[in-house]
Amino acid sequence: MINENYDIVIGLEVHSELSTKTKIFCSCPTEFGGEPNTHCCPVCMAMPGALPVLNEKVVEYAIKAGLATNCKIAETCKNDRKNYFYPDLPKSYQISQFDIPLCEDGYVEIDVNGNKKKIGLVRIHIEEDAGKLNHDPYGRGSLVDLNRAGVPLIEIVSKPDMSSVEEADIYLKKLKSILQYIEVSDCKMQEGSLRADVNVSVKKKGSTELGTRTEMKNMNSFKSISRAIEYEANRQIDVIENGGTVIQETLRWDDVSGKTFSMRDKENAQDYRYFPEPDLGLIKNSKEKIEEIRKLLPEMPEKRRERYVSEFNLPEYDANVLTMEKALSDMFEGATKICNNPKTVSNLMMSEVIGILNNKEMESSEIPFTAEQLGNLVILIDKGTISTSIAKKVLLEMFDNPAEPQKIIEEKGWIQISDEGAIKEVVLKILEANPASIADYKAGKDRALGFLVGQAMKETRGKANPQMLNKMFLEELNK
Amino acid sequence: MKVSKEELLHIANLANLNLKEEEVNSYLENLQDILNFANVLNNVDTSNIDETIGSTSNVNAFRKDEVKVFEDTEALLRNAPEKENNMFNVPKVI
Amino acid sequence: MELYDLTVHELIEKLEKKEISVLDITKSYISRIDNKEKDINAFVTITDKEALEKANELIDGKASSKCYGIPIGIKDNICTNGTKTTCSSKMLENFVSPYDATVVEKINNENMICLGKMNMDEFAMGASTEYSAFKKTKNPWDIERVPGGSSGGSAAAVAANMVPWALGSDTGGSIRQPASFCGVVGLKPTYGLVSRYGLVAFASSLDQIGPITKDVEDSALLLNVLTGHDEKDSTSVNVEKKNYLEHLKDGVEGLKIGVPKEFFGEGINEEISKSVKDAIDKYKELGATVEECSLDIADQALATYYIIACAEASSNLGRFDGIRYGYRTNNFTNLNELFRNSRSEAFGDEVKRRIILGTYVLSSGYYDAYYKKAQKVRTIIKNKFNELFSKYDVLITPTAPTVAYKIGEKCNNPLEMYLADLCTVSLNIAGLPGISIPCGVNSNNMPIGMQIIGKQFDEETLLKTAYAYEQKTKFRETYKPEL
Repeated sequence: MINENYDIVIGLEVHSELSTKTKIFCSCPTEFGGEPNTHCCPVCMAMPGALPVLNEKVVEYAIKAGLATNCKIAETCKNDRKNYFYPDLPKSYQISQFDIPLCEDGYVEIDVNGNKKKIGLVRIHIEEDAGKLNHDPYGRGSLVDLNRAGVPLIEIVSKPDMSSVEEADIYLKKLKSILQYIEVSDCKMQEGSLRADVNVSVKKKGSTELGTRTEMKNMNSFKSISRAIEYEANRQIDVIENGGTVIQETLRWDDVSGKTFSMRDKENAQDYRYFPEPDLGLIKNSKEKIEEIRKLLPEMPEKRRERYVSEFNLPEYDANVLTMEKALSDMFEGATKICNNPKTVSNLMMSEVIGILNNKEMESSEIPFTAEQLGNLVILIDKGTISTSIAKKVLLEMFDNPAEPQKIIEEKGWIQISDEGAIKEVVLKILEANPASIADYKAGKDRALGFLVGQAMKETRGKANPQMLNKMFLEELNK
Repeated sequence: MKVSKEELLHIANLANLNLKEEEVNSYLENLQDILNFANVLNNVDTSNIDETIGSTSNVNAFRKDEVKVFEDTEALLRNAPEKENNMFNVPKVI
Repeated sequence: MELYDLTVHELIEKLEKKEISVLDITKSYISRIDNKEKDINAFVTITDKEALEKANELIDGKASSKCYGIPIGIKDNICTNGTKTTCSSKMLENFVSPYDATVVEKINNENMICLGKMNMDEFAMGASTEYSAFKKTKNPWDIERVPGGSSGGSAAAVAANMVPWALGSDTGGSIRQPASFCGVVGLKPTYGLVSRYGLVAFASSLDQIGPITKDVEDSALLLNVLTGHDEKDSTSVNVEKKNYLEHLKDGVEGLKIGVPKEFFGEGINEEISKSVKDAIDKYKELGATVEECSLDIADQALATYYIIACAEASSNLGRFDGIRYGYRTNNFTNLNELFRNSRSEAFGDEVKRRIILGTYVLSSGYYDAYYKKAQKVRTIIKNKFNELFSKYDVLITPTAPTVAYKIGEKCNNPLEMYLADLCTVSLNIAGLPGISIPCGVNSNNMPIGMQIIGKQFDEETLLKTAYAYEQKTKFRETYKPEL
């Protein structure tokens, strides 16, 4: 909880790795993983004499991101060098954009408890990622792997327009959703392809004067970002309440202790000496080119959400959840196309798929089965081949060993019993074993029916058709 | 502009260079000489003049997004002063 | 007359007539290197064994290209896979590039034979080759004098007939000035004409690779090999490849020559002024029109040059940090010491001086006053050249304010050394092509160079102008270093 006498002011600088095939300035693959220093060449290893050449897709993707977030696209822009020494930065400068970013002055609209709010964007620019420092297993130092060096990034800088942990969380999720929709980034946070620098300051409620801000760098989970903001806001409020002043500094968030720590020594006297990158020419974006790229933008989440409500009659809430992530939404549409039963697909996804993803800490883009397989699962329910409860078991199985649902239920012997004779047999057996329940039912206790059906399901290990069971129990009881 | 010793040391620090005590004065003098010489630029009227950016007139000199693997990755590491597990060894970075 | 006395086009003629073999040529040069290198010190690395092997391979082959089997020297800041590329710096003393520069690929595709890597000022920063970390190259015309720089090894080796021709690089005059000091021909192409991929960067917006040759025809011949769009260099232009031999001998009838008077006054040695003016008079005889004009930019260009070149260098040389390649200090306990001590121990004084100047002019508070101002003046300099080139086809100036000076004479005053670039830097600032050809000797029998400046990408006119004078005066036949 945050002290009610204060407002928090939050700004985010989000770094997102673009999903191009090759790096930003050389033709090495961007693929995650690989043996250390094997996705490298003289350019990304900064060998003497090697020169950068800009990947055209990087410009296209960044413009796409700019258009999807209502930015103005620069007619002419350039790359600049940001100079500093660090072992993961092989050239000792990062090629980035300084005073003229590719995209400027946009916004992202978020929905906070039913209220719309625009979060302003200062800019989106392109730059290169750094390499990775690994710890030497023998503790003698650090080891530099440059496979990530030169992977293209866009940096999306928001205005300090967010005023709660919740808003920051919604904004980030919305931004991730947009980037996934326009297919410029896979936004896999655990692989670091989406990460954020978080700026936080606090001010007395109603005050117009901004407080001193602190920055937490390289955060890569929604949960830690929320925790970090809350912790840092409270820390700053404590400082002020105790008569101190907040120092502008860069902090490190420690997820284990749930605290922020000062990084003082590293940050002193930074002077990046930006200047225009002489190895690269200007980037010019004609109106025609921008319009061409605009045409590539897909249907965005808002549009889809409206359509799910009007076309599929889904509740607003469900439509919102399903369209939040492109992978989920695509799966919903694909499955619906197969089975023509949006309601059941939606129910399965809302109640089961998302739950499983959360339990397994997976991204929706990592769902191992196809939309078609999910659609076929719904067809099996609709045909009465399996019950909804079996369907849930099939889904779990589909996560672990993806296969056609038909094949799974055959192998597991989960096909629903819909044979009248077989069901009757079970019903009679259960009734015989539970005379007390019959008496209860006759005495007007409707709950007894549920108990009997439950027993029958148990007996058949969930395979009996529940509607038929229900019907047949009623027939027998009312005889 | 007059350069102070402190400024020179700050600049050397940014450039990751050590200057020995006995070198400081000669570096300072050289730097000052050249900066004084560079003052001729102050006499040039540059109002309404755009600065040159690089010297290439190439615009949108882009590359296609096609993977080309650099095969000789061994050669990329052959000059490394210290390496381990195919990585470059550096003192511990926190 | 030995084979090593000949120009490349003369050698090619003999090869075509089957009077000699490619092996004869390589052997001749290697024996010359054996005799003279101890006096001249032009090479950082001699690749005689590899050269002989390659010549032996090529001897029975069919000449698949114009320069098949012709030897060459390569400045040691141009990357060669398998042979050391040191930039004459302790920093890269043992560095072997994992790839070939684009120009080296072109030379290899042509089946030319590399005789070795040529000495230079450390990281091409200097005008006398005295700043090499390894050795001082001597001027073949007087071994007490410098060969110029930074491509001093290349120019001296060509002048001493240890290589038939060589590659140099030119950031502020580093091809033209040593060519002038050594009485040979040095061409700096238009920025963007020759790929910089694999040239260890000094100042990215100024660097260009070019030929240093015995005569103008060879210059055209080697330029033919070097040019062509390179997709690995974003600053390489995509223009149709020209054959620079095609119009070489067209003459200068009707050519309009501008002579900027400021380049003949203060700061320029009188003997040089006179010699270049005499040369210009020859053009009148050859049918060109000559007109005095004004180009009052020399000081501004020099200041602009040092600001921009050093700024870019301070950034370009950041990669030498002791991690992936190059010198690493033994004296460190943490990362910061590794960086600082490696760089401080391995870079020479001049390199450090320029890194410090470059860092200063980019640093916060000074960027606008120096770097940004210089880039604006750069625009003005370009505009002034454009104006002149609307009137003239070429401009002619001296290449250097002096002839080659004594070794050690200017070492102690960096600013004075920088003034040696007075006539040459403005071309790099404006990206223009320039050629230096010998136009006589002074009273000490030291060669004097004349610089011809051309329009962007108009190397054809430049070469044709140089050729016409050379054919009329026959410098090579009249003057030779006594070696």
